[in-house]
Amino acid sequence: MSTKSNSQSSKNEGKRDFLIVSTYAMAGIGAASVAWPLIDQMNPAADTLALASTEVDLSSLEEGQSITVTWRGKPVFVRHRTPEEIKLAKEVSLDDMRHPETDEERVANEKFIVLVGVCTHLGCVPLGQKSGDVKGQYGGWFCPCHGSHYDHSGRIRKGPAPTNLEVPSYEFLSDNIIKIG
Amino acid sequence: MSKSKFKNPVVKWIDHRLPVFSFMDHELNHYPTPKNLNYFWNFGSLAGFALVTMIVTGIVLSMNYTAHVDYAFDSVERIMRDVNHGWLIRYIHMNGASFFFIVVYIHIFRGLYYGSYKAPRELLWILGVLILLLMMATAFMGYVLPWGQMSFWGATVITNLFSAIPVVGESIVTWLWGGFSVDNSTLNRFFSLHFVLPFVIVGVVILHLVALHRFGSNNPIGIDVKGTQDTIPFSPYYTIKDLFGLSVFLSLFAAAVFFFPNFMGHPDNYIEANPMVTPAHIVPEWYFLPFYAILRAIPDKLGGVLFMFGAIAVLFVLPWLDRSPVRSSQFRPIFKIFFWILLLDCILLGYLGAMPAEGIYVTLSRIATAYYFFHFLVLFPLLPYIEKTKPLPISISEPVLSGGSTASAFAAREKK
Repeated sequence: MSTKSNSQSSKNEGKRDFLIVSTYAMAGIGAASVAWPLIDQMNPAADTLALASTEVDLSSLEEGQSITVTWRGKPVFVRHRTPEEIKLAKEVSLDDMRHPETDEERVANEKFIVLVGVCTHLGCVPLGQKSGDVKGQYGGWFCPCHGSHYDHSGRIRKGPAPTNLEVPSYEFLSDNIIKIG
Repeated sequence: MSKSKFKNPVVKWIDHRLPVFSFMDHELNHYPTPKNLNYFWNFGSLAGFALVTMIVTGIVLSMNYTAHVDYAFDSVERIMRDVNHGWLIRYIHMNGASFFFIVVYIHIFRGLYYGSYKAPRELLWILGVLILLLMMATAFMGYVLPWGQMSFWGATVITNLFSAIPVVGESIVTWLWGGFSVDNSTLNRFFSLHFVLPFVIVGVVILHLVALHRFGSNNPIGIDVKGTQDTIPFSPYYTIKDLFGLSVFLSLFAAAVFFFPNFMGHPDNYIEANPMVTPAHIVPEWYFLPFYAILRAIPDKLGGVLFMFGAIAVLFVLPWLDRSPVRSSQFRPIFKIFFWILLLDCILLGYLGAMPAEGIYVTLSRIATAYYFFHFLVLFPLLPYIEKTKPLPISISEPVLSGGSTASAFAAREKK
């Protein structure tokens, strides 16, 4: 074999490698673009995403009462807090909290606390909406599944939940009507 | 074998073109099996029987089931009350799941005790752990289908485990649900997967059997088969033994189906799912309880999830964690003691998983979890360095027949 044909063959091999790599790359892109619709069909459909926002009238909600409304298939807690509850929620030190947030950051109007009623641990609905419920050591809500205690501001104080109860996006349409979502 | 061993001309004609009969004759009839297998070796075929039972009853149940949040619960009640023999078929399917797990757990502990996962059977073991994982996924999704309170909240809690994954966790959960909570999309896809996964299990079971037949069964003394004097043909010896075991299994199974059909279930699952109210005390099905206890023992969300999956992950690498060359616990005096401690530890974890997550139960869960991982990650690798194993017999025939030189005598007798 002469040196010329050697360099010729290595040149051909280089070409061939390029062809092989680009063929695999194209096949990979092709496979991925076929797979994507099959995977993405499992994400929320347009009608699920289009779920309307929920409006709640708070005028009949007395001090110390709570209501649960549905938003996006999940319970949302609305509580008309008593002055003592507001005081406790505001004055507590944030130092030893797992997810430190002031009460002011979590409410639009300090009388009403609005929370997604889903424990941030594994998704159970915490107790504490009804007057007879166990409310946990901090008087707010208590998740019976794995023992997470939330305070009057829905902040996690004890138990396995990693974060505070989520505050949904909402606005006051008037003094007594809120729109969630 | 040049001449066909089949007399029936049709079988002969087919076998010449498609050797399925030769294959079955070789793998199920002549298949040489160690002659000292005890009754713990029945549980593989029992698991196969349970799988077929689940598939057959499942297919007929699906003919009467409606996968929709508004109808699912009622369609199951209709199966129980109106469909001909529906109550029987559903109770078989429901209890069949529990019995399948009982059989498979015994099968796994058999493997642990007799070292069946060791070379050259590592892949056989790994395929088995894969079957366990698939069974867990299938059972979990099947439990969601009746759309009772436990179905709904079990589904919510288990799918939420994935939200512990940093950054993409929430997106994964939304993707699993197909919405913002467990809802109709979730129920539909769980039904679809619950239907198809059992057939995936069948595929893995076939691979499990191919791997098994490569080196044959392990045996109670854990030493290799040395020759034909150590084996007997699978049929009729083990077919009859398996059939006897099956009749015992079926007696117990029938007792559960006819007399205690709801013993292993939870009464809250006869209440229709309500997304607004979580039952005061939610528990998974009993076969998940040890893993659930591990999840709750760790006071951190991601940590709990990692440890729970880790409890199964350690099983995958077990063939390389155990460094002892001796397979059977019969010759490992210290390992044998720890085996029973592990078994008790798993039962304790199962009990703790059913108890509320508070007080002494949390402390005990932590101790039991620590022991589980200690056993796999510390004991398995280190014990061989301290343990003095008992001398292994020369062959399987030796301890079976009394006297030292009988093995060769037996071999000679076989030849005649």
